[in-house]
Amino acid sequence: MSFTEQYGAFAIMVIVGCALYAVIMLGSRLMRPSVPSPLKLTTYECGIEAVGTGWSQMNIRYYVFAFLFVIFDVEAIFLFPWALVIGDLDGSTSPSALYALVAMFLFILTLLEGLMYAWKKGVLKWE
Amino acid sequence: MILDTVLTTSTAMVAQTAGLLDTDSFLVSMLLKVALVIGLFLSLPLIVGYMEHKAMARLQHRRGPMFAGPAGSLQLVADGIKFIQKEDVIPRAADKWVFAIAPGMALVPALLIFFVLPFGPGVWAADLELGLFYALAITSISVLGVMMGGWASANKFSLIGGLRAAGQLIAYELPLILAAIAVAVQAGSLSLVGIVESQATFMVAGTDINVWFVFPQILGFTIFFVAALAELSRPPFDMPIADSELVFGYMTEYTGLKFAMYLLTEYAGMVSMSALMVVLYLGGWQILPGVPLPGCEAGGGLFDCGVLGTLIGVGVVMGKILMLTFVMVWLRVAYPRLREDQLQRMSWLVLVPLSLVNLAVVAVAKVVF
Repeated sequence: MSFTEQYGAFAIMVIVGCALYAVIMLGSRLMRPSVPSPLKLTTYECGIEAVGTGWSQMNIRYYVFAFLFVIFDVEAIFLFPWALVIGDLDGSTSPSALYALVAMFLFILTLLEGLMYAWKKGVLKWE
Repeated sequence: MILDTVLTTSTAMVAQTAGLLDTDSFLVSMLLKVALVIGLFLSLPLIVGYMEHKAMARLQHRRGPMFAGPAGSLQLVADGIKFIQKEDVIPRAADKWVFAIAPGMALVPALLIFFVLPFGPGVWAADLELGLFYALAITSISVLGVMMGGWASANKFSLIGGLRAAGQLIAYELPLILAAIAVAVQAGSLSLVGIVESQATFMVAGTDINVWFVFPQILGFTIFFVAALAELSRPPFDMPIADSELVFGYMTEYTGLKFAMYLLTEYAGMVSMSALMVVLYLGGWQILPGVPLPGCEAGGGLFDCGVLGTLIGVGVVMGKILMLTFVMVWLRVAYPRLREDQLQRMSWLVLVPLSLVNLAVVAVAKVVF
């Protein structure tokens, strides 16, 4: 299969997936009852009336994790091509296998240092 | 020497091997692929769901569903019919469009993973060169659907559930990816079929004993399994849903078919994650390490298996998937839910460093041997 055929098939699959969801949703409109009432449409909050809106201000502790994640996710992108070629390298190739290993380990260590720093700063600990 | 010959012939086989569904006409083969993917996507989650009902019941000294169909086997079909008849309630405060689209946003990526998964010799929709990368990339889109649902509901429980899901999914995606990269290093390929192939010819160093990647990478397999469980928000990692704290997390305001779509996404995720583990670590459609399927000829006994071999191969893959999903259900029954900060610490301080160590060991071993 050629490249275009593979990813053409993928594009068709995306369209079919979206169409599947749309058909299910529109089809179910024909089958289901619809008896709206004002009380039914209120926001659920344990049976009492909701206080304020659902979009209230809240403390998002996860945003620091999002930063950490971006750093390591970019690292993962660099690791994929490295993972493919590392098996083909040895002492006689250029770059040599040792060079490739050391280079990647230095890169990972640098990132690990960032993780250690975040840990030391108490980012990963909640009171 | 023999090993080298096997390796070269099998690599040549991978280059030539086309799936059973690749016919001369693009349209016909496309139709077959869509049928395969949608058929598996709609049937396997039902089988896994029934297995979960029954396995959980037995583990808790109950008998589980009994009345819908033989031994309750049609229970989930009955549930589906019930979901179709339910009214679709959209809260007045909700963001209506986002609320309606969110379940689809979670569902479609779950469907798209099935596009690359090999379910038997030749039984796959596409053997992408970047198959593993594709599968991991598509998995991470599902978090958008969960976030959108949590936000659009305009409900405090939903919002907290959605944010928890986002934090959890990004934290556990890293160990998942890093463990998978270690497999890519060992196999030297990102094609899922190529990875199965390289397991068929992978020998313990210095001998001719064939083993699957689960043996040299038992640590990587464990990390991948735990991370997959967390990615799927399965107990003991179900904090985004946490029914005793958050009502039902991001699904609180959903009713009827939209709710069913989220459930389908979860069970389809169990199937696709298990199928990925089968491909990466458990030798794909090989019955035992070094035992080719009957009727298979070339390439370490993996391709061109004839009707019988193909059927047995598909059966073996399904059996392994069912075994892995059973372990997931077992863990759900056996362990209580973690606390939110324990969850984050476990990922960042245990799994990420361990998976980096695993990757380093595998890379060094690959270069040395």
